[in-house]
Amino acid sequence: MSGPLTDLDRPNSYIGRAVPRADAARLLEGRGRFVDDLQLPRMLHAAFLRSPYAHARVNGFDLEAARAVPGVHTILTGKDLEGVVEPYVGVLSHLAGLQSAPQMPMAVDVARWQGEPLVMVIAESRAIAEDALGLIEADLDPLDPVTDPEAALEPGAALIHDSLGSNLAWERTVDVGDVDAAFAADGVTTVERSFTFGRHTGVTLETRAAVAAFDPSTDQLTFWYSGQAPHMMQFIFAKHLGLMEEDVRVIAHDVGGSFGIKIHTYGDEVATAAAAKLLGRPIKFVADRLESFQTDIHARDHIVKGRMGLTADGKIAALEFDDITGIGPFSMYPRTSAIEANQVLNLTGAPYEIENYRARSRVVFQNKNLMCQYRAVGHPIAMAICDCLLEDAAREIGMDVAEVRRRNLMADDSYPRQSASGMKLADLSHQQSLEKLLEIMDYNGLRADQAQARKSGVYRGIGLVSMVEVTNPSPAFYGIGGAPIASQDGATVRLDAGGGLRISSSVTEQGQGTNGILAQIAADRFGIPIDRVRVTTGDTDTVPYGGGTWASRGAGIGGEAMLQAAVALRDQVLDVAAVMLQTEPSKLDIRDGAVTDLDGSERMTLSDLARTVYYRGNELPSDMKPELVATRHYRVTDFPFVFTNGAMAAQVEVDVETGMVKVLGFWAVEDCGRVINPMLVDEQVRGGVVQGIGGALYEECLYDEEGQLLNASMADYEVPMAAEMPDIVVAHVETPTRTSELGAKGAGEAGTGGAPAALMNAVNDALSPLGGRIHQMPMTPERILKALGTV
Amino acid sequence: MSQTQDITVTINGETIHATVPVRQNLADFLRNGQGLTGTHVGCEHGVCGACTLLMDDQTVRSCLTLAVQADGASITTIEGLGARPDTKALKAAFTNRNALQCGYCTPGMLASALEYIESGAPADRTAIREHLSGNYCRCTGYQSIVDAVCETIEGRQS
Ligand code: FES
Ligand code: FES
Repeated sequence: MSGPLTDLDRPNSYIGRAVPRADAARLLEGRGRFVDDLQLPRMLHAAFLRSPYAHARVNGFDLEAARAVPGVHTILTGKDLEGVVEPYVGVLSHLAGLQSAPQMPMAVDVARWQGEPLVMVIAESRAIAEDALGLIEADLDPLDPVTDPEAALEPGAALIHDSLGSNLAWERTVDVGDVDAAFAADGVTTVERSFTFGRHTGVTLETRAAVAAFDPSTDQLTFWYSGQAPHMMQFIFAKHLGLMEEDVRVIAHDVGGSFGIKIHTYGDEVATAAAAKLLGRPIKFVADRLESFQTDIHARDHIVKGRMGLTADGKIAALEFDDITGIGPFSMYPRTSAIEANQVLNLTGAPYEIENYRARSRVVFQNKNLMCQYRAVGHPIAMAICDCLLEDAAREIGMDVAEVRRRNLMADDSYPRQSASGMKLADLSHQQSLEKLLEIMDYNGLRADQAQARKSGVYRGIGLVSMVEVTNPSPAFYGIGGAPIASQDGATVRLDAGGGLRISSSVTEQGQGTNGILAQIAADRFGIPIDRVRVTTGDTDTVPYGGGTWASRGAGIGGEAMLQAAVALRDQVLDVAAVMLQTEPSKLDIRDGAVTDLDGSERMTLSDLARTVYYRGNELPSDMKPELVATRHYRVTDFPFVFTNGAMAAQVEVDVETGMVKVLGFWAVEDCGRVINPMLVDEQVRGGVVQGIGGALYEECLYDEEGQLLNASMADYEVPMAAEMPDIVVAHVETPTRTSELGAKGAGEAGTGGAPAALMNAVNDALSPLGGRIHQMPMTPERILKALGTV
Repeated sequence: MSQTQDITVTINGETIHATVPVRQNLADFLRNGQGLTGTHVGCEHGVCGACTLLMDDQTVRSCLTLAVQADGASITTIEGLGARPDTKALKAAFTNRNALQCGYCTPGMLASALEYIESGAPADRTAIREHLSGNYCRCTGYQSIVDAVCETIEGRQS
C-alpha cells in the first residue's frame, strides 16, 4: 500500500529530498515566537537572588528594603514554597542503588551550589526586580565546599547531604570475559592513560525562558517554555504543584536551541509556575547569560583511568577503565544525572569485537552546578576512551590507525549481535563507513602531506574515530525506571475542507527541522504537495501524547508515527472516494492533492471529497461513516535503542610554539538509516561536529576550589566561532533500521559524540614525533604546551 | 533609577517619538517598547551578536547601545531589512542551504552578512568567516551561512 520509499520519481515524493523548511520564512522575517516575545496582560517579571557560595547554611533574609521598591509585587523565599511545591528526587528504579536528596526550587536550609536560587522577586519589570535583588540582605553561613569528586569520596569528606551518608550517588561495574588473563597474555602490548574531560555546557543562544499563567477560576496552568518535552513538564507541574494533568497546558513554540539543556526540571521554572499559581497573574522568567552559565545543566566532568591491550597482530585483547564523574549536589530530576555514566559503560568499545571488558563508574555529589544530559550523552567520553587508547596502542606496535580498526571493527554482516557490554546491535556498517571515510578524506594523501610538513617543522595530525550513537530509545531508557517520560509518540493527520492537511505530532522542534520532515513524510505518504501541509508541534492541548524530541528520536519515532498516520488516512480517504466514485479503493490513488485512477488521471480533488463529507453528507450512503482524520502511535520494540554508527576524521595543525590547534579539515560518514532530508541531516551532523570541536578544544566551565565559577560570561567562556571552524565534509551510508517501515535512525548527536575523540587522536598524532601527548579536554594551548614540556 | 528622556528615532522608515528610561538599552526599547521582537538578545554583554542591527547603516550591538543614543538615528531591524536590495537573495540562500536552524542568531547574522555583502567584498570564505566571527551560532556550525553569503555575492555579480 505504501510503496517503495526510495522512489524519487513518484509525484509528491519528498522522503529523501533536500526540501527547505517552511519554518525558515518566519524566522528570516523576525517573526519567530520565542518565549520572551510573549507579552500577556498584567504580566509580572521574576528575578532570583542566587547563592554566592558553593555551600552555605541559609539563616534568613532581610527583605524590607527590597519590598519597598516601587513596582515590586511579591517576594518569595525557598521556605515560602514549602507546602506549595512538593519536593522532587532525581532517581530511577532501573539504575539500581542511585540515590539523591529531595530538592526544592529554591534552597530552604542549605545552598549547595553557587547560583542555586534563594529568593524570587516578582515585579512589574525585570529591571525593577533586579533593583530589588540588590537590596536584599542574605544571612548565609559559608560551609566547607566539596568540589573535587575524588576528594568527595575520601573518608571524612564533608557530606553534601547528611541524610544520604555518603557523597556517592551511584556506582556500576561491568565485567565480561577474563580481563586480567587477557592483559597478562604473552605478546600483548598494554597502553594506560588518564583522561580528564572538563565540564562544559550547552550555551543555547536563547537562554531558558518561561511564562506561567494560572487561572484560579478553572485551576488551569498554562506554561510557555523553551524546551523539548511538553508532556513530561505537564506531569511535573501537575504532580509538584498539586494540579490535575489535564489542567496543565505546556506550550513550546520556537526554541532557540536546546541540545538537552532545556529538557530538565529547573527550580527557576518550577518557582515561576508556583508563583503564578499563588498570585493568579502571569509571570515571566528569562535567564540572563550569567544565570545560564551558573544553572543550565553542565555536562561531562569525568576523570577516567583506562588501559587497552593489543596483540601483536593488532587485535584488542582487553579494555578496562575506571570512571569518576561529578554531578553537582543533586541528581537532576526526572532524568537523573547517572544516565551519562551508564552510557559510558554501555557504549565504550561498542564498535569493536572485544571479549574482555571491565569497567566501573562512580557518580559523585559535589558543590558545583548540576551535571546532566547534554547532546551526545556519554558518547564523547566513551568514544574517546576506546578510540584514543586504540590509536595510542596502534602507534605503540607500529600499526596504522586505519588498519587497526579494520582488524577490530565488527563485521557489517555479523548483525544482529551484542556489544561487550551487552547492548543489542543491528543494521550497522562500521566497515563500509570506515572505507568510505578513508576515501572521501583521501587518507593516503593526507598522510603524505603530513610526512612532507613534518620535514619543514610543521606538525599536522590525523585522527579517526569509529562510533556508535544511541538513537530511537524504547521504554528501556526512562519509562521502565518510573520516569514520567513517554517513549512512544503520536501523529495525527487531518484532511481539511480546503483539501489541505493539518498534521500534528508529539515530537518537538528546536531547529533540527522536525516540522519540516514531518511535513515531508505526511505529504509523501498521503500524496499531496508539501505546501498544502501545516504542522503543529509543542502544545499539550492539541498534539497527541508523547515524549518530545531528545536522544535523537524525533525523526525515527515521530517520523514513523507520522508515516503510519498518513498511510492510514490515505486508506480512509480512498475508502470514501471508492464509494463516491463507485469503484474499488485498490483502483484509486492519491496524487498531487487529488484522487486519481492508477494511471494518474484525476477523478476528484481532495477538496471536493472533503467538502462533500463535511458539508453534504446527505450525498453519501447513510451507513457510511467517513473519517478524514487518522492518528497513529509508534514505539520501538524488541530493541532498547536503535544504534547508528559513523566514522569521522579530523586533520589538525598544532603550533608547537603557542600550543594553538587549528582544525584544517573534518570528515564525517554517518549511517542514520533512511535519510529523510539529506540537507537537514548534513546540517545536524555539521552543527554537532562543531559542538564536539568546542568541547574538545575550547569550552570549559572553570571552577576554583571554593566552587566559584570563574568564567560565567560569553567573553570568558570560549565557544566555536566562524573563523576557527573548518568546512566539514559529510557523507552517508544508508542501512535502514529493521524496526520501522520508515527505516530512519537518529543523527543529531553523532558529531558531538564522535568529534572529540577524532580531535584528541589528531592532536596526539601531531605531537607524537615530539614525544608529547595529551588526554585532557579541552585541549587548550596551555595544556598542549605542558604536554610538550615547554611550560 | 526611573530617570527618562524623550527621543525621536526612525525605525524601519517610521518616525517614532518615545519617552525612554535613560538606562534602557536599544534592544529592550525595540522589543518591549515597540513590539519589534525580531531583535534577539543572547548575552547582553556585547559578545554573541544576536542583537546586531543597523543604526545609520552601520551594524551595532543593540544590547550595548542605550535607547537614548539612538536619538536622531535611523534604525533598521530584521523587520525592516527587506527594504535593502540584497536581502531577498540572501534570505533565499539562507532558506535553500538551511543556514538557520533554531533561527535565534538569524536576525543578527543577516545584519552582519548584509553589511559584508553591501560593502562589495568578495566571496572569500576566510574573509566571510572573519567578518561573521562576532555572531555566535550554536546550531549550524557556520558552513551553510558562509555558503549562503557566497552564493548571494556570486548572484549579485552575475
Ligand atoms: S545580546 Fe548583544 S551581543 Fe549578545
Ligand atoms: S540557528 Fe540556532 S543559534 Fe544559529
